[in-house]
Amino acid sequence: MQKTLRVKTSEYIDETNSVSFKFNGKSYYGFKGDTLASALLANDVHLVGRSFKYHRPRGIMTAGSEEPNAIVQVNDNTDRTEPNVRATEVEIYDGLEASSQNCWPNVNFDIGGINNVISPFLPAGFYYKTFMWPASFWKKYEYFIRHSAGLGKSPKEKDPDFYDHKYIHCDVLVVGAGIAGILAAKNAAKNNLKTLLVDEKNELGGATIFQNREFNKIENQSSSDWLKKEIQELKNIKNLEIKTRTSVAAYHGYNYLLARENLTDHLEKKDKQGKIRQRLLKIRAKKVILATGALERPLIFNNNDRPAIMLSSAVKKYADFYGVICGQKTVFFTNNDSAYESALCLHYKGIKVEAIIDIRDNSDSKIVKAVKDAGIKIHWSHTVVNTSGYKRLKNISVMKLSNDGMSVTGNKVEISCDCLGVSGGWTPAVHLFTQSGGKLSFDEENKVFLPNKYPSEQISIGSCNGDFKINEIIKNLSKDLKDFLKIEQADFDNISVDSYEEKSKRNIWLLPSDKPIGKTNPFVDYQNDATAKDIRLALREGFRSIEHVKRYTTTGMGTDQGKLGNMHALGIIADTAGVKMGELGTTTFRPPYTPLTFGTIVGRNVGEYFDIFRRTPMNDWHIQNKAEFENVGQWKRGWYYPVNGETMHQAVQRESKAARESAGILDASTLGKIDIQGSDALEFLNRVYTNAWSKLAIGKCRYGLMLNEDGMVYDDGVTTRLGENHYLMTTTTGGAANVLGKLEDYLQTEWPELDVYLTSVTDHYATASVCGPNSKKILNKIIPDLDLSDDSFPHMSFKEAKVDNIKCRVMRISFTGEHSYEINIQASYGKSLWEKCIDAGKEFNITPYGTETMHLLRAEKGFIIVGQDTDGTMTPIDLQMDWIVSKKKYDFIGKRSLYRSDTMREDRKQLVGLITDDPKIVLEEGAQIVSELNQNPVQMLGHVTSSYYSPNLKKSIALAVVRNGKNMMGKKLFIPMEDKTINVSVANPVFFDEENKRLNA
Amino acid sequence: MFLINCPYCGERDQQEFKAGGEAHIERPKQPTELSDDEWAEYLFMRKNIKGVQFERWNHAHGCRKWFNMIRDTSNDEIKLVYKMGEKPPSE
Ligand SMILES: [Zn+2]
Repeated sequence: MQKTLRVKTSEYIDETNSVSFKFNGKSYYGFKGDTLASALLANDVHLVGRSFKYHRPRGIMTAGSEEPNAIVQVNDNTDRTEPNVRATEVEIYDGLEASSQNCWPNVNFDIGGINNVISPFLPAGFYYKTFMWPASFWKKYEYFIRHSAGLGKSPKEKDPDFYDHKYIHCDVLVVGAGIAGILAAKNAAKNNLKTLLVDEKNELGGATIFQNREFNKIENQSSSDWLKKEIQELKNIKNLEIKTRTSVAAYHGYNYLLARENLTDHLEKKDKQGKIRQRLLKIRAKKVILATGALERPLIFNNNDRPAIMLSSAVKKYADFYGVICGQKTVFFTNNDSAYESALCLHYKGIKVEAIIDIRDNSDSKIVKAVKDAGIKIHWSHTVVNTSGYKRLKNISVMKLSNDGMSVTGNKVEISCDCLGVSGGWTPAVHLFTQSGGKLSFDEENKVFLPNKYPSEQISIGSCNGDFKINEIIKNLSKDLKDFLKIEQADFDNISVDSYEEKSKRNIWLLPSDKPIGKTNPFVDYQNDATAKDIRLALREGFRSIEHVKRYTTTGMGTDQGKLGNMHALGIIADTAGVKMGELGTTTFRPPYTPLTFGTIVGRNVGEYFDIFRRTPMNDWHIQNKAEFENVGQWKRGWYYPVNGETMHQAVQRESKAARESAGILDASTLGKIDIQGSDALEFLNRVYTNAWSKLAIGKCRYGLMLNEDGMVYDDGVTTRLGENHYLMTTTTGGAANVLGKLEDYLQTEWPELDVYLTSVTDHYATASVCGPNSKKILNKIIPDLDLSDDSFPHMSFKEAKVDNIKCRVMRISFTGEHSYEINIQASYGKSLWEKCIDAGKEFNITPYGTETMHLLRAEKGFIIVGQDTDGTMTPIDLQMDWIVSKKKYDFIGKRSLYRSDTMREDRKQLVGLITDDPKIVLEEGAQIVSELNQNPVQMLGHVTSSYYSPNLKKSIALAVVRNGKNMMGKKLFIPMEDKTINVSVANPVFFDEENKRLNA
Repeated sequence: MFLINCPYCGERDQQEFKAGGEAHIERPKQPTELSDDEWAEYLFMRKNIKGVQFERWNHAHGCRKWFNMIRDTSNDEIKLVYKMGEKPPSE
């Protein structure tokens, strides 16, 4: 390390604790307490990256989260790598590795730098205009653009860290722990309000904490000394929780805020292990106090983006807080007094200040006088017209400003320097305020947008509310805080504050040069390389809305959301278009304020916790028997049960044959079950299903179809009448929750007069469905005393029974077309029941089958699956299920819609069967169907919804929806695929046992 | 993220609730008497106001009750919640 670049530091840097890190492969040393930026500057490294479009060399510009240039990839090629990290926010630790982004092959020699040389050809909209045409060239452009674009690299390994979410409820949330935030939090907590104070930095105190000059005094001490004592006191206050390294990302309505608490990013690798890396805080606060401070503005002048051109406040912070000298010969360029504070800070530390360039005519404030007394040359009414130095600033050219500030006059003065501290004044950080829905008003005198209309219980205090001087902050804070928190007295009502007054102001959004604007590079958005001339070009091309100008020029669209340059962009638009800034408004600030990692957003909801799984009581048996599983909604359902290395196709063919030839068993526990009771239950069923229910006797079952009010099929299932006023409805597996919700809605809002009670009992029962010609024999073994004769227990009926003294409900219903029974038993006995069925069925080769075989068997019978053969646009008539729509009932949900002119059209898509000419070809589900091959454009008639090879029919079968399909029986149609065209003919969708003889076999 | 005052449970986070569209649209008692246009008016037409809007909400992950809400959609201010069946305030 070059010793000369360190000056005596504050207590925040531990010079006895040296830290080793790597940047772009080279080893450096810093001290504990350094950020990556301060440590690099201490090693005389200014060049840290390349700009996005022109690949211009760029250096560290700020000392905070608003940094546009020093965006790095940390720990590349490790599982903890992260792109787009601001070097100004990375706290260094032993072993940290960081590298520049957006440079290829490296930061010192960058191929994209050619864009810089040809920059006149890359104006706003260049990419839109150039790469649009011809379309076939896009693949070539894309390679070039992506390869040279600086988006960083996403990690390739699994994230080794874990993340957390935490809910916090508090009376008062204070965002920002500068002097205003600290005083507010202290007073809130002392008045018995549960208070949370958060700050994005690792230390409290904001900018005041290193404000150690006599120009700002509180109670006759330097403001930093006074504040340190206040911070010390905070630790003893009850009701106050403090979170540092915590950045508020979003401020939503009703005082709901999201913050990211960073817990391990500053630790060495070995100390990160086993700890939560980041925590997303979900904060609901009764009151919010925003003390988010202000961001210093740059000035917009020709070539204002060279490495070592920095914000004046950053130069000061690097010297005062980190003890780092940013340049041996520093010049300041300003339109206000705060650069004079920075100049004095350097001067007192023995760092040479060459000159101050001030666009104002004069200023006679206390602090300016002090600078004069220090012998620093001030160039009043001057501006920087150009800079030079490719990888590091070497020289600036200065000229006198005309009175109107539109041009420059006189001789060019050259000043050699290696650092330029720039100050264009201060912009209140109102990002969170506007995110919350707050409206801003423009303060013409100070050229700032300030909080105006508050949408919730909140206030903005300190410099984010436009109070930039410490005396103003404390004076206004006292009154505002008492009103807001409804407290009698504040701690700091009567403290004496001594600051200086700024007496002169001058603002020029775009500073003139001796060259015409077309030949200059005045950068407004550093990260996205948008210049003032791009903004002017956009206006010339007719863009007026600031949101449009922003998108066309990409101003403010980088990862920093243009925190530095947005105000200048607005100012330049206003000046050029001749409108007032207040009328122009601002672009929208969107969350997050600074980028969040995906890990923080998802927290613990990763891997198997990403979404919850629901498992049936028989699940363990399925696992033991090597089932493959299918996700159906949140359920894990047995999909098929391969034996001896079978493929899925082989297993399904075997299972399907067994179910029809002897016996099969299906775990049907996932079907939705709703227990319906009440004296109006029957009337209710009549209103929600399309068919008639009045004649359903106790102990009988009936299939029902449920529509939406628009007439489209919504759900289906069998309902059993268990008693006089007691029914058990089943729904599709995926539709269970929605059906219950819909029925509750009608009961509560449209038909509150009905005496009906609904209870979801899906999880209460386990269901084993035994089907096939031998199912009766198996059931007889399990429940010997149950009379299974067709007379006593016919198809579509129900019996109460006992298996080993455990009550169960047996329904003789069938979704496969086979003789079959569904046994429902209390869920905790589900696995025993299943095993009992398997044991009893052994002699009949009972075969467990999964959802795939179930789908195949029902397709053979032409039974629909809601959601597979329907998609919310199919009526029962479209499904050729006219038989289930009651003509007699006056009303049911969706009835009226079946008589709308649109739903009665003949040429709607209708469900049909398809048979392939070649019985071996199985169609692809989703394949498009046409009747003409030589049409252009070819008209799509519909698509295949279900398709299988049927082992029982020994041919391929499919269900499809086809326009006017009802009237196409036997017609030849075509299915064009990528490599061939498949010939099919339209058929009856019931392929197997059309007479339903097998139900009673 | 709103804080919603369920008329049955009190203040709860928005994520416990489900929005159910415009309120006070009664299902016609005699749908068969309606013309296609009249039925379509009931079925499809919603105001979707920028400003004060009457809405249905359901405390789906709570008491599962439906209720009404008056909300200003321009700033999400919830002006009033009241039970199903209760008349909306005139102004
Ligand atoms: Zn509730």
